[in-house]
Amino acid sequence: MSRLTIETRTVDAAGHERLSALAGARLAALPPEQCPVDLTVSLTRLYLSESCGKCTPCRVGLAACANVMDRILAGEGTQADVENLRATARMIYDSADCAIGFEAGRTLVAALDSFAEDFASHVENDCCTRTVSALAPCRETCPAHINIPGYLACVRAGRNVDALRVIRNDNPLPTVCGYVCEHPCEVNCRRALVDDAVNICGVKRYAADNAEPYDPPACAPATGKRVGIVGGGPAGLTAAYYLALMGHSVTVYDQREKLGGMVRYGIPDYRLPQERLDADVNFILKTGVDVKTNCAVGTDVPFAEVSKAHDAVYLSIGAHLDKKLKCEGEDAEGVMSAVAFLRAAGEGKPVDLAGKRVCVVGGGNVAMDCTRTARRLGAQSVECVYRRRIADMTALPEEIEEALAEGCQITQLEAPVRIEVDEAGRVAALVTQPQVIGEIGRGGRPSPRAAASPERRIACDVVIVAIGQAIDTAAFSGAVETEWGCIVANEDGSIAETPGLFAGGDAVSGPSTVIKAIAAGKVAAANIDAALGFSHDVHDAVDIPPAHAAAGPCGRVELKNVNYAQAAQTFDIAKLGMSAEEAFQETSRCLRCDHHGFGATCKEEELVW
Amino acid sequence: MVELTIDGARVEVEGGATILDACRAAGVEIPTLCFFEGLNDIGACRVCVVEVEGKNRLAAACNTAVWPDMVVHTDTERVRAARKSALELILSQHDLNCSYCTRDGSCRLQKLFVEYGLIERDETFDMVIEAPIPYEKRLIKGKRAQWKAQSPIQRKTNLCIKCGRCVAACKRLEGIGVWDFVGSGAVSNVGVRDNLGYMKAAGCVACGQCVTHCPTGALSERDDIQLLLDAIADPSVTTVVQVAPATRTSWGVGLGAEDGSLSIERMAGALKKLGVDYVFDTSFAADLTIMEEATELLHVLGERKPDENGILWPMFTSCCPAWVSHAKFAQPDVLSHLSTAKSPMMMFGAVAKTWFAQRNNIEPSRMFSVALMPCTAKKTEVKLPMEANEGIPDMDASFTTRELQRMLRDAGIDVNAVEDAPLDNPLGDYTGAGVIFGTTGGVMEAALRSGYYFVTGEKPADPEAFVFTEAGEGRPWKEASFDLAGTVVRCAVTSGLANAQKLLDAIRAGEVAYEFVEVMACPSGCAGGGGQPIDGTDRELGLARGGTLRGIDRTVTPLRYSHENPTIKVLYDEFLGEPCSEKAHHLLHTEHML
Repeated sequence: MSRLTIETRTVDAAGHERLSALAGARLAALPPEQCPVDLTVSLTRLYLSESCGKCTPCRVGLAACANVMDRILAGEGTQADVENLRATARMIYDSADCAIGFEAGRTLVAALDSFAEDFASHVENDCCTRTVSALAPCRETCPAHINIPGYLACVRAGRNVDALRVIRNDNPLPTVCGYVCEHPCEVNCRRALVDDAVNICGVKRYAADNAEPYDPPACAPATGKRVGIVGGGPAGLTAAYYLALMGHSVTVYDQREKLGGMVRYGIPDYRLPQERLDADVNFILKTGVDVKTNCAVGTDVPFAEVSKAHDAVYLSIGAHLDKKLKCEGEDAEGVMSAVAFLRAAGEGKPVDLAGKRVCVVGGGNVAMDCTRTARRLGAQSVECVYRRRIADMTALPEEIEEALAEGCQITQLEAPVRIEVDEAGRVAALVTQPQVIGEIGRGGRPSPRAAASPERRIACDVVIVAIGQAIDTAAFSGAVETEWGCIVANEDGSIAETPGLFAGGDAVSGPSTVIKAIAAGKVAAANIDAALGFSHDVHDAVDIPPAHAAAGPCGRVELKNVNYAQAAQTFDIAKLGMSAEEAFQETSRCLRCDHHGFGATCKEEELVW
Repeated sequence: MVELTIDGARVEVEGGATILDACRAAGVEIPTLCFFEGLNDIGACRVCVVEVEGKNRLAAACNTAVWPDMVVHTDTERVRAARKSALELILSQHDLNCSYCTRDGSCRLQKLFVEYGLIERDETFDMVIEAPIPYEKRLIKGKRAQWKAQSPIQRKTNLCIKCGRCVAACKRLEGIGVWDFVGSGAVSNVGVRDNLGYMKAAGCVACGQCVTHCPTGALSERDDIQLLLDAIADPSVTTVVQVAPATRTSWGVGLGAEDGSLSIERMAGALKKLGVDYVFDTSFAADLTIMEEATELLHVLGERKPDENGILWPMFTSCCPAWVSHAKFAQPDVLSHLSTAKSPMMMFGAVAKTWFAQRNNIEPSRMFSVALMPCTAKKTEVKLPMEANEGIPDMDASFTTRELQRMLRDAGIDVNAVEDAPLDNPLGDYTGAGVIFGTTGGVMEAALRSGYYFVTGEKPADPEAFVFTEAGEGRPWKEASFDLAGTVVRCAVTSGLANAQKLLDAIRAGEVAYEFVEVMACPSGCAGGGGQPIDGTDRELGLARGGTLRGIDRTVTPLRYSHENPTIKVLYDEFLGEPCSEKAHHLLHTEHML
């Protein structure tokens, strides 16, 4: 008999792993509108199945909690049941011996806290507060609620123009989004239950890159109403497009030479070539939108004049001020803001970094844009310095990955302390305090704390500060109120007590994504139309191909990168689009949740906004 | 065109057709349950699944589009087993009680249960025997299984199969959306939307289209039969029954007669056998309505002014109680433009308990006046405060055509054997104009026939000269313009409140303008009413049943103008004076109060 044997994976263990993987995928793509009480009782039973059965709180307590919740779901629960449930969950957390038990208790307590209203509704009225959405999960999650299954089906049928027509019913910037959207739609994609989410964003870019040119639908008869839009970024352009289609006379004011806002002056060309942005902008302008560029409201034209000249005004001024590090040496020559740095590059007047050592401070997508742009501007070295871990960065993982691949350094857990300045007043170094990752706070993100180690000096010539943007509301101070630096507006975009004045985009939400700004512009267009006394329907009806039988389990097509070393030399696009073959395969993976499942209960024409 | 193979045979269908369409074209029968042509194709029941070669999973025939060279098998072991399991699962949550169910014989689910051997009928004891199924029976109990007893629409949750047909009917035909899928997971169900609790809170007008589109007995009207039986049993009470035009079209369905085959005289015979004292025709009151409403229209035409929004509203018909309720609940700007004329049923009620009661020495409080209607909303209308005699409601009850059938079936009256009886006098006289009230456009046409006479002093050359045409793309109504001796009257006719909504929107937007508009809540008007017999074929029957009424107008009665009804003439001479007189106003008109 051997003292030890080499253990091989049993069939049983493989089965377990497979089941956990399937369940994990389901939980990851959980539709948010399902009944939380139902979900909690199911999770409790799942956790119970992990119990070894040794300890009372876990073995008996979880089962007892599940039974109470069954009764609540059956409409037979009482307030006393909920209180009993809470006390028991607390007891399980407090007294279970291992994490299987106490973490189950913690989940239950969290559920009872987060969903108190839902539990109360089941107990008091025997009804659920939630309504299952008839929208496909991608469409539900997309801030602009684009008919995603519809346009994927058009692409699959080779009808790229129709795909763009479908997208433009909710988002007039399909090209921009095809390149740079953060694609929240893919998070809840039901295809993840089968294998992996559909590459929705990649398909959108394929459609935008391969569609024949076409013209926008005809505008409704002129209403005689004039709408002024302050700021020609994604929110303003979106509002302008729909308002023009509705027959209103629209003027867009923008302080820069060209339209696009942060999309043009904040997103580097290697992610979104400017001529691709122009494609969307020109399409919007074909509706007859009037444009006043190089015209800053408040400087070149008083806001009062703009207000007076229009029946409604939309403030979509974005977030173009930079946030400061507020540390010693920040005024030195060679310290610049991310906004200014990227804008200079976008304007074709980039900062010359040849031979320079560059430090970028920050961990978001803007920090990655600065890092990779600095690399392309000939910097000798680029180091992105972040006070938390790489895993905690808010930048998209692929942005981080590509920055690293292009030869940039990402230094984690270093908090800037001061900027060292030489005798000539120029940046000499960034001094940082090493950090240790620590406790996880309420937001779920671990906080860093100063490590018990000495400061570090990173010698450099340029420091780019990319720690966030702020909103410049000075020109509108009498007209709008601000909270936390953002303009205060209602959910419908209107500004309380100022009829005809609306605001949206980054200026209201704070710096956010392109698609959220587009959604804000669409909401504003609908409500400005209503405020002007109309209910125009701008829906361009496209015949959506019938649901196909979805492809069986199949890998997700990812966009390929240009050779990293070469990409880092130029501002040419760094990612290659899908081929027709890939686009067909990827769209065939779509499960057509608009047709199968609850989506079948809702007809497309009923979703027109 | 797309070519495919179904069970070995080549079939050619239009592109975009479903597998079900292709199967029907090929003569292959596919069982369906939740599917309703043109209304509901959500693929919920999974009873219509078929096998498609090259695909791992079965496909729902009702909503899967065909593709070229698709190869379909509809009758494999796998298909049959899946269908049977689906039915067994439904049965495990179904309170099978066919003998006591209103839908026995016209139930889609019952038919499928029989076909798949899950139930069997024992003719000797007239009961249904349930085969054992491999699933535990789980019915909803307690509070959740209860429904408000006064509601004109009743729901038995343990008969519901969650097919969503009621949801679709209310949303798409009526544009209201009283019903919705509620809850999620294992406790999901169909119920009143947004947890509103009761139907009226969700804007229900009791039209009953959810009932006629329900494949099972889950939805039905409130059963009021006992009220009449009690009145018949009381010798001191005179029972008066009026029969609506549309009720006569199809009352024999399910009683062993073909749709449209039994006359109103046969119904009168059956009702007399049941013990009813007088059987009259609501078509008489429809003629009376025309006298009032056509006169009112001619008045209104001279006095119209735009409202505060600049809209010049037409006069709307007011004989459909579901439409009137809808105007009250949801279209406040329309309310004051409804004709003030009561519906024929309520006019009849007022005349029966006054003129008729006086002529026949009947004490109004001892008269029990009942309507047989193709309608569930009439159950609400009879409760409106209309009293020609103070303290005595003009109408005592309203039954649907289905309740009439049940009453006759329960009483063991064989409608094929019973003898015809003439309608009673004097309120049994009717004209073809009154009869076509029961089909879409009929009220309008009847009003125009007599209106033309009122204005010109002569009858139009052809009673069917008033021809309407479709209003065009995106406009689900019919329209026509007529010259009444120099006065141009632009008319529109629509049915289904979802269609009415589009018409109202167009009027409000100034896109169209009319002088007179007819609205009926049910598709194709009363003949397609929510109280009409259900034959289990899952088709809209209103148009065909309306055709029966058109046939009566053309062939059964020589009188085709309301003003020619001889009793109408007597009624005005003896009692009312002239149309829209003060007395007529008191008895035959109403303010549509909230």
